[in-house]
Amino acid sequence: MSNNQFDSELDCQGLNCPLPILKTKKAMDGLSSGQILKMMATDPGSVNDVQSWTKRTGNPLMDHSEDNGVYSFLIQKK
Amino acid sequence: MNEDKPKRMALIASQGTLDWAYPPFILASTAAAMEMHVAVFFTFYGLTLLKKKISAKVAPHSNPAMPMKMPYGPKEFQNIEWPMPKMLMGNMPGFDTVATSLMKETFKKKGVATIEELREICIDSGVKLIGCQMTMDVFGFSQNDFVDGVEVGGAATFLEFAADSDIQLFI
Repeated sequence: MSNNQFDSELDCQGLNCPLPILKTKKAMDGLSSGQILKMMATDPGSVNDVQSWTKRTGNPLMDHSEDNGVYSFLIQKK
Repeated sequence: MNEDKPKRMALIASQGTLDWAYPPFILASTAAAMEMHVAVFFTFYGLTLLKKKISAKVAPHSNPAMPMKMPYGPKEFQNIEWPMPKMLMGNMPGFDTVATSLMKETFKKKGVATIEELREICIDSGVKLIGCQMTMDVFGFSQNDFVDGVEVGGAATFLEFAADSDIQLFI
């Protein structure tokens, strides 16, 4: 990912739907506006799920990438 | 897409087996995580999912489409789908208990949440859990049997919430 700055990290590797989204929501609740969460997951469905979640809640998805089966997301608190 | 009015979802959970317990709790918890207002109306066998201790089982002989795989051993072994004759599944005492244990073990290995975990997340995120008064009466359940925070109501209670909901599902 181009920009690796984040304020908090959440590891959801090995967790299956819907846990990555549920834990992301909880983690995001703990952030202040403007802060960025880095979330990692191995669930392939999480790519679509995170995009759906950020679209629905209005928290921008700054970046996402995949490396050897691990998906990383940078989500900013609106 | 960021609308001002939050979306609402109304679910009816009518089933109490382990496989049918997942859909309402997964949908409810995820919808709440997506900032929707959610109410789940538990009726008939779904009521058992509100008990303090959930003892939901899965019945393979009622589910001919269920793939019977072992969560143990080398990968090739785990990929085998065991053909289970209906007579065996229906007549062997304790088969359901074994099948339930295997399913729970599979879910645990795959990092799937337990029903209890999902229910707790639902309660923590403000999902309304409503027990069907009529079925409670018929099956002899009281609110004391249920976890804290369960409301009680009838069809009209559900329908009032559902009438203004964006998503309504019967499970």
